[in-house]
Amino acid sequence: MALKTEHMVLNMGPQHPSTHGVLRLELEIEGELVNKVTPHLGYLHRCFEKHAEAMQYNQVVPYTDRLDYLAAIGNNFGYALAVEKLLGIEVPERVEYIRVIMAELQRIASHLVAIGSNGADIGALTPFLYLFRDREHILSIIEETCGARMLYNYIWIGGLSHDIHPDFVRKTKEFCNYFKPTIVELDNLLSYNKIFIERTANIGVLPVDTAINFGSSGPTLRGSGIKFDLRSDDPYSIYDRFDFEIPVGKGLMGTVGDCWDRYYVRIREMEQSLRIIEQAIDHIPDGDVQSAIPKRIKPPKGTVYRRVENPRGELGYFIISDGTVNPFRVKVRAPSFVNLEVLGELCKGYLVADVIAILGSIDIVLGEVDR
Amino acid sequence: MYQYFYDLTGNTILATLVVAVFPLVNVLIVALIGVYLERKVSAWIQDRVGPNRTGPFGLFQTVADFVKMLQKEDATAKDIDSKLYNIAPVLVFTGSFAAYAAIPFSSKLIGSEAEVGLFYVIAISSLVVGGILMAGWSSNNKYSLLGAMRSVAQIISYEIPTAIIVLSIVMLTGTLSLDKISNMQTAYFWNWNILGGAEFGITKFLLIPFMVVGFIIIFISTLAEVNRTPFDIPEAESELVAGYFTEYCGMKWAMFMLSEYGNMFAVSAIVSILFFGGYHSPIGYLGNSLGVEWLIPFEQAFWFLAKGWLFILVQMWLRWTLPRLRVDQLMSLCWKYLIPYAFVNLIIIGVISLL
Repeated sequence: MALKTEHMVLNMGPQHPSTHGVLRLELEIEGELVNKVTPHLGYLHRCFEKHAEAMQYNQVVPYTDRLDYLAAIGNNFGYALAVEKLLGIEVPERVEYIRVIMAELQRIASHLVAIGSNGADIGALTPFLYLFRDREHILSIIEETCGARMLYNYIWIGGLSHDIHPDFVRKTKEFCNYFKPTIVELDNLLSYNKIFIERTANIGVLPVDTAINFGSSGPTLRGSGIKFDLRSDDPYSIYDRFDFEIPVGKGLMGTVGDCWDRYYVRIREMEQSLRIIEQAIDHIPDGDVQSAIPKRIKPPKGTVYRRVENPRGELGYFIISDGTVNPFRVKVRAPSFVNLEVLGELCKGYLVADVIAILGSIDIVLGEVDR
Repeated sequence: MYQYFYDLTGNTILATLVVAVFPLVNVLIVALIGVYLERKVSAWIQDRVGPNRTGPFGLFQTVADFVKMLQKEDATAKDIDSKLYNIAPVLVFTGSFAAYAAIPFSSKLIGSEAEVGLFYVIAISSLVVGGILMAGWSSNNKYSLLGAMRSVAQIISYEIPTAIIVLSIVMLTGTLSLDKISNMQTAYFWNWNILGGAEFGITKFLLIPFMVVGFIIIFISTLAEVNRTPFDIPEAESELVAGYFTEYCGMKWAMFMLSEYGNMFAVSAIVSILFFGGYHSPIGYLGNSLGVEWLIPFEQAFWFLAKGWLFILVQMWLRWTLPRLRVDQLMSLCWKYLIPYAFVNLIIIGVISLL
């Protein structure tokens, strides 16, 4: 009788330490070698889009916090921009500046988690805690202004929920000065660590054409060497006034588009965010943070698509208005969801341990994937 | 030590029991202090406070944990191979516990002064491998199985460079007795094996670089043998949940932990005996200069524990600094680098010792 061999199916998640939430991966493995990865989604589905249809426009804002809960300000930002475009209103200068500073602070905080958990998945627990310590500074700054540490509900349609705290400017500057040497420390501790490079360089290489075909965005796309950032390529708010660079993956430690490149792009992006904050922080004009918009927001009939550069990539809101106080449809183009699709391509032929490294380098947030 | 208790009690069984209880108590103490230290050291490294609620400085945290472990319900999964499942933790624990029998803590505090002590320690600690494979297989869990396979492959591979380096020391000292190896490095620290041992003249200076290389190789491979970062692949928390003991809980799980910390001290002890003079003081004895004979064994025990714990601290420092290697990188490190270098080292030390 002929012996039949079959591949082992390993079910990773939804309860697993490194699937970043409740992602379930079905791995078909041959020993340790991965043949096929099938992500199963939906464990965190909360019907955001359906809920939004039953809400008034301004009531949707707190729900957007819960999409990418590590970058809630960015989500608020995108939604507010989309509705403002639908309404055809301009927001005051002061609001624009505060929004940009907040969004960039949030970007740093979000990248800190991304980098830290990528390292922690590979076994480096100490950098993870160092980065959470640094993130704490950002959370305190934002908390002083809007009272929340994670789900801020801060950027409202036509303005902000609160004006900034009197200490905001001073503390943000202090943070910038504190954080610059920390990036150097992080580079020395993790980025150029021999073992970390061994684990991430030449692993999970995402070629340029695959990245484009799958619609990747954010650091996942830029890691493959494509200079595409909505802040400069489709500038929204006042991003066109600032001088910053778009870091891209160069294959310093291996091939362009490997895990290390995606990781490194995030670190360099934090430096650029600091640059933007430093340019903006001294020029916040005086004024009101609530522009005159009616209590009941009733946009004219029509559709709008507005996209912003969230820490994880292109976040788009597609809103259909039927002229009533409730949106007819709110569709979210979630960057994590789109970036996750490429996982199956990336993991083929690597080991089980690499799946973790690759997943960490794509950096997904399940709140956004399942919505 | 056996002789001493035999003379004291005049009863062979009683003497044997007393001698056997000593390593057991020692393993427990090592685990208690080890777990506490691991928490505190990791906290210091990570800019945290660490346990500070249970007793002064959180000293009783491990005790509290231990009590919790004892009280826990022994929940087992369905479809496990219960015989193997229950034997495995005992076997793993026995492996690391039995190694203590031959380790000389001081000239008077030795469980067994066996002539083949070194050989015995290496042999008995291999029991752990069997236990790990049993645990992984009987758990009926794919993560456990993967963890066990990795662990066994790792421990067996890394035993080879360890054994080769041990062999080079044996070649130099001409004995397998841990006590005798310690005694050859008596007096001051320049007699330690890492500094060429008690040899004289040119031989000693020729030996030093190769001894240092030998020490580095054996330290790396013992790290791998006790599954510590950067070689903690079998337990790789982020990949395999908890590796081969994923399905264990309560006291059975605690036995794996005890054996891990027991092993950590055991390998540190072996390394310090082979290279750093074992229980001998690096700077001479107070007892000798004061003329108080009975003080010397206590001083020796102090130095031995100090050296052992120093290595444990280094292991912890590494664990909380480095990421972990991948399983194939781990194997290539062993087979492509450590084993060839260890062999070359063995040959060179052999040639030098003939000079």
